[in-house]
Amino acid sequence: MREGTLHTGTISALDAEQTAGAPPEGAIHRMTLNMGPQHPSTHGVLRVVLELDGETIVTAIPDIGFLHTGIEKECEVKTWQQVVTLTDRVDYLANLSNNLVYALAVEKLIGDIEIPPRAQWMRVMMAELSRLNSHLVWLGTHALDIGAMSVFFYCFREREDILRILEMFSGQRMMTSYIRIGGLALEPPRGWQHVVGKFIRAFPSKVDEYEELLDTNPIWTRRTQGVGIAPLEDLLDLGVTGPMIRAAGVKWDIRKSEPYSSYDKFDFEIPTRSENDVYARYRVRLSEMRQSARIITQALEGMPEGAWQADAPKIVLPEREKMKTQMEALIYHFKIVTEGFRVPAGEVYQAVESPRGEIGYYVVSDGTSKPYRIFMRTPSFGNLQALPALLEGRLLADSIAALGSMDFVLGDVDR
Amino acid sequence: MLPDQLKEDSVATALEARFPDAVTGGHAERGEPTLFILPERIVEVCRFLKNEQAFLRLSGITAVDWHPADPRFEVVYLLHSLDRNKRLRLKCRVGESQCEIDSVTGVWRSANWYEREVFDMFGIAFRGHPDLRRILMPSDWEGSPLRKDYPVHGYKYSYQDE
Repeated sequence: MREGTLHTGTISALDAEQTAGAPPEGAIHRMTLNMGPQHPSTHGVLRVVLELDGETIVTAIPDIGFLHTGIEKECEVKTWQQVVTLTDRVDYLANLSNNLVYALAVEKLIGDIEIPPRAQWMRVMMAELSRLNSHLVWLGTHALDIGAMSVFFYCFREREDILRILEMFSGQRMMTSYIRIGGLALEPPRGWQHVVGKFIRAFPSKVDEYEELLDTNPIWTRRTQGVGIAPLEDLLDLGVTGPMIRAAGVKWDIRKSEPYSSYDKFDFEIPTRSENDVYARYRVRLSEMRQSARIITQALEGMPEGAWQADAPKIVLPEREKMKTQMEALIYHFKIVTEGFRVPAGEVYQAVESPRGEIGYYVVSDGTSKPYRIFMRTPSFGNLQALPALLEGRLLADSIAALGSMDFVLGDVDR
Repeated sequence: MLPDQLKEDSVATALEARFPDAVTGGHAERGEPTLFILPERIVEVCRFLKNEQAFLRLSGITAVDWHPADPRFEVVYLLHSLDRNKRLRLKCRVGESQCEIDSVTGVWRSANWYEREVFDMFGIAFRGHPDLRRILMPSDWEGSPLRKDYPVHGYKYSYQDE
């Protein structure tokens, strides 16, 4: 049990409070409600201590750290390339965004490494597929929390297709580690255009289905409209990013403002809304799914030919054939696998737009084959700080809708 | 005391003009402007950057442990301006003997959890923080896990005995 100012609100404490004698006439009796850490709508292990005045939330104190696994510490004892597998596990719904930001940061540190266009476009396509994956899980579970069960089955139907595509590319459904320093992990499999094309042609009509299911549902609209509002200044000051800030009218997307990995070659829009409520966040994410589908279609049609890995023999593993026939390739292979490659000393901060907002890796190298320090600025951690601003002064019943609209992943919060 | 790389940078020059003795150096390696700030001036520098240089967002605060160097820690502030589409990094050097620095929660409220995280992971205290306690580790945890002299497997367990 934690101490300090946090009201622990255990059953025994409540009992003690109530048996200490009836409250004096006219006194406001407040109740402390312990939500989580195993509450189904927190989608993980988040604990929120709520102080209630009747049905109104007076204070909300998030308590995090239950899923802390020390990933930042572990990064310091792995080689640069090994860390890729750890970044998958930070935000397990958008693992490719994490792979991408880490690879970009390290490539920026290395400096003289050029990622071929095919790899860059493929990275964009995979990152957008993982955005769809993440938004689908969000939409399905968020609707489930609010009581619309069928949307969940629809969303997971499409998510299954995406996971099959990821498996086809990388051999893994969730922890793909597909984006590596210097390019991709594997050559894109034969026939991928067919599979991705089939999926992406059908996808926009599926988004229409979700929209129809939810927008014609009066319970959904009433439970989301005008709920979970906080002033924009507060959201900015509290470090909120991503769809939440776009639903408040800020047209800011890192894919546009600081383009990376060839995003400037794609034609897409940044959807925004001005209502700043749960419903607006749902509309923004729905539009983002349509924009992602546009990006994937463009990547599919314009995918450049050529290499899928950088021409950097000291960093990228050699082809199997070369390794078995050429002495030099064998030496590089041995060096990379046993010792890992060295990265020049220095520091970088690289940010990308993950489905949840700004994900930034601050990477420090001391010139050895292992990272000296990696700080992960994760969007869920930043967004969750605004939770009290969304909940306080509102009804308890709305807290589930407000929590869900933030779309946090606890692995991303606690790391 | 600005290096040549930052002479062209509008924010760095404005900051230098306003607080000539607070900026102790900087660099712009890999195109990322970084300024070293005297720890005792960090709050007024941040307030100036937020109110007059449009750095409305604080992306994060973290620290780097340069054990056994002295001063041992670097506290790193990652700033971002939406209007100017610009990022800036501030650094303060904090020693081990007096392991504390002023809190910037009064400037950006988002600093709250980031400072708690640095306190939790590095044991650097933030003066004037409204609620300084551990955030990720259990409250009864001993030690600062991200310090370089803290073993990866912790103090309590050793896998070599197994």
